[in-house]
Amino acid sequence: MAQFSLPNNSKIVKGEYYKDKTGSNNIKKVNVYRWNPDDGKNPRIDTFEVDMDNCGPKVLDILFKIKNEIDSSLTFRRSCAHGVCGSCAMNVDGVNTLSCIKSHSDIKGELNIYPLPHLKVVKDLIGDLSNLYKQYESIQPWLKTSKTDTEKQEILQSQKDRSKLDGYYECILCACCSTSCPSYWWNGDKYLGPAVLLQAYRWISDSRDEEKKERLKKVADELKLYRCHTIMNCTNSCPKGLNPAKAIGSIKKMLATS
Amino acid sequence: MEFDKNPLTPHLQIYKWQISSLLSIAHRITGVINAIAISLICIWFLLTINNEKILFENILNSFFGKFISISLSWTFSFHILNEIRHLIWDVGYGFDPKISKITGYMTLITSFLLTILIYFFGVNL
Repeated sequence: MAQFSLPNNSKIVKGEYYKDKTGSNNIKKVNVYRWNPDDGKNPRIDTFEVDMDNCGPKVLDILFKIKNEIDSSLTFRRSCAHGVCGSCAMNVDGVNTLSCIKSHSDIKGELNIYPLPHLKVVKDLIGDLSNLYKQYESIQPWLKTSKTDTEKQEILQSQKDRSKLDGYYECILCACCSTSCPSYWWNGDKYLGPAVLLQAYRWISDSRDEEKKERLKKVADELKLYRCHTIMNCTNSCPKGLNPAKAIGSIKKMLATS
Repeated sequence: MEFDKNPLTPHLQIYKWQISSLLSIAHRITGVINAIAISLICIWFLLTINNEKILFENILNSFFGKFISISLSWTFSFHILNEIRHLIWDVGYGFDPKISKITGYMTLITSFLLTILIYFFGVNL
């Protein structure tokens, strides 16, 4: 049975309140999840008053402003800041997204920022994704072919076959979808989750790959695949506009018709 | 590095409910209610098969009986309509977020309309 409430060491307490010191008239209250591995205390929510007149347009800009000007200990992952690398995935205003492409002007009132849901927190907004990476490895996300030598150098693909990968190859593995999925929250150790299943489908539908049948057989499992109940949280959260629910549906359909 | 002893980040507590997730959990709950209700109704029918047609009607005409039967009409309508939505997904259509939102609202509205229809059909029986 899944545990729906948070364990005792994860219960969130009230944190610090950082009042605005710039005297700005355009203030936004930003609530940020904090947890420090070194102080042995429970996670807390710190509230920052941020001067929006001197802040960039995205949620990541707010985080940088807090880190640079208010509290330099705030910890989060980021790299490209253009929605390509997938490092800054977090829960903004209740939905998982990339903070670098989410405009804060879309959000009325206070802004709530949490790490990706149902992960072990490493520090502040960083969650531990090693389980997801292990699962990604388990689907063997590389081209498998019996071709050798010169044959293998360039395996041609028709435009039509190539277009079958559209909407799937764009995935950047930011984990927004997997950590938005209630099935993955309760069965994350066994269920592969939307991100990994979308990747599995990407390889199953690649015309150059020769192990389609083995790949299908491998995911055809009560727990690995069929824990998906089409809740659609994954598709609704994908910052790249992809459709993991459809990919999983396609795998189920392939299995039912093969 | 192992992070097993670290706190768990909040999930249900903070994730925003959407029409898709609400209908999904409602589908499960109505499914359980329907299964229990249908079993109880069958047992009740078997127990009262020989007598008390009047008692049966009295219960159905009481406020409590009406409340239960109208509620069950809704849980059945909703579950069946949402199951049709699931069947359409199973054959590979309607995954687009916009379309699934529309079919979701349609399911919800139609389930109430169907409940009203069943009610008037039952009253005139």
